[in-house]
Amino acid sequence: MFPSQFTYHAPATLGEALALLAEHGDDAKVLAGGQSLIPLMKLRFAAPPIIVDINRIPGLDTIAEEGGSLRVGALVRNRAIERSDVITSRYPTMAAAAPMISDPVVRNQGTFVGSLCHADPQGDWGSVMLALDGSVVARSVAGERVIPIGEFLDGPFTSTLRADELAVEARVPDPGSEFAGTYLKLERKVGDFATVGVAVFLATSGGTVTKAGIGLTGVGATNIKATAAEQALVGGTVSDALIEEAARLAAEAADPRTDIRGSADYKRDVVRVYVARGLRAAAATPVA
Amino acid sequence: MNITVTVNGSARTSEVEPRMLLVHYIREVLGLRGAHVGCDTTSCGVCTVLLDGLPVKSCTMFAVQADGRSIMTVEGMATNGQLHPVQAAFHSEHGLQCGFCTPGMMLVAKAFLEENPAPSEEEIRWAISGNLCRCTGYQNIVKAVQAAARNMSEVSK
Repeated sequence: MFPSQFTYHAPATLGEALALLAEHGDDAKVLAGGQSLIPLMKLRFAAPPIIVDINRIPGLDTIAEEGGSLRVGALVRNRAIERSDVITSRYPTMAAAAPMISDPVVRNQGTFVGSLCHADPQGDWGSVMLALDGSVVARSVAGERVIPIGEFLDGPFTSTLRADELAVEARVPDPGSEFAGTYLKLERKVGDFATVGVAVFLATSGGTVTKAGIGLTGVGATNIKATAAEQALVGGTVSDALIEEAARLAAEAADPRTDIRGSADYKRDVVRVYVARGLRAAAATPVA
Repeated sequence: MNITVTVNGSARTSEVEPRMLLVHYIREVLGLRGAHVGCDTTSCGVCTVLLDGLPVKSCTMFAVQADGRSIMTVEGMATNGQLHPVQAAFHSEHGLQCGFCTPGMMLVAKAFLEENPAPSEEEIRWAISGNLCRCTGYQNIVKAVQAAARNMSEVSK
């Protein structure tokens, strides 16, 4: 299979890339890791007339904590996230999800920010970002805006990124000093999309939950933030009863469809079990 | 577009259409048939090549993206007629049946062992999890990677 014809641009600077996007708008598509875009183009689900390959732009591949948040550049590969010391030690939800993204060869190419822009409701990173209250930094020739992830993910394969904007970076707030988190994913085999995925994050102070994040993968038209479950946890002390209550509320927030991976009822129950399991695992391995 | 790619150590310059996939460039333009086309949907890994030393699925990359970069295919693994230790181990441990997945498996194993020279069996199984063996010959593939790890550590001693 091969895609339909396109004009290829490989700008050497961010300014050139933004100028191309400003000029071509909807006709242009940004190519980063290509692990979602190229398959779509080969299957002719997408046929962008212009490709803007950002891989030759320097400075977009850094992972760093700066100004109260973790910054993940547009060209940071999943491989780099998996091997990042700062993520392993300070962002356990991301660290748990990274080795479960697709397969190891795809992770060498695929990017974190690209996955967010693809906005696949079965994508794992959207749920992780919802649990962590992350945001996406969009830049255009007109300027920059920071879009909270809940506003960024708009629908299946749809984000609120404008056609003239490039997602240059994702940001994740500093987790504080007492925190825990994990990502659990039910998949039939390596590289398959999630039947269900669950991202959890807890920040605590002296045993009391000060912040809770729960994101759900593959059980709705977008990744879902289980807001009621989060609210139930905040202010409480992690106990079996509280975990069961949060898990029940998270399952209520899920809106799964029956498909080859399982029935809607089954998936909703997996959400309940995985949220409980994830919260127990997180509570058992806090970083303080 | 004119691209220059270092392929198995030699610079190759070719005129390619932007939409040409890397695997077709390697097979049809360069005539290196060790990179296979299997699923053609980024799942099976038989098209795996090393791009600047790291495995990538060459069915999911455009040839123009490789301009100025370095690629290794299975044809570049042996040096001066001597099999690479990974190749020798796949031979001695019978790490292949039909051979279709073998180039990808060996290239993934080479890059993996360079990063992790003494892996556990579980680490090996995760490392090859992006590559499918349709003969289901994983047992001997894992043995071959273990043997290659031993051979490579002998060589480096």
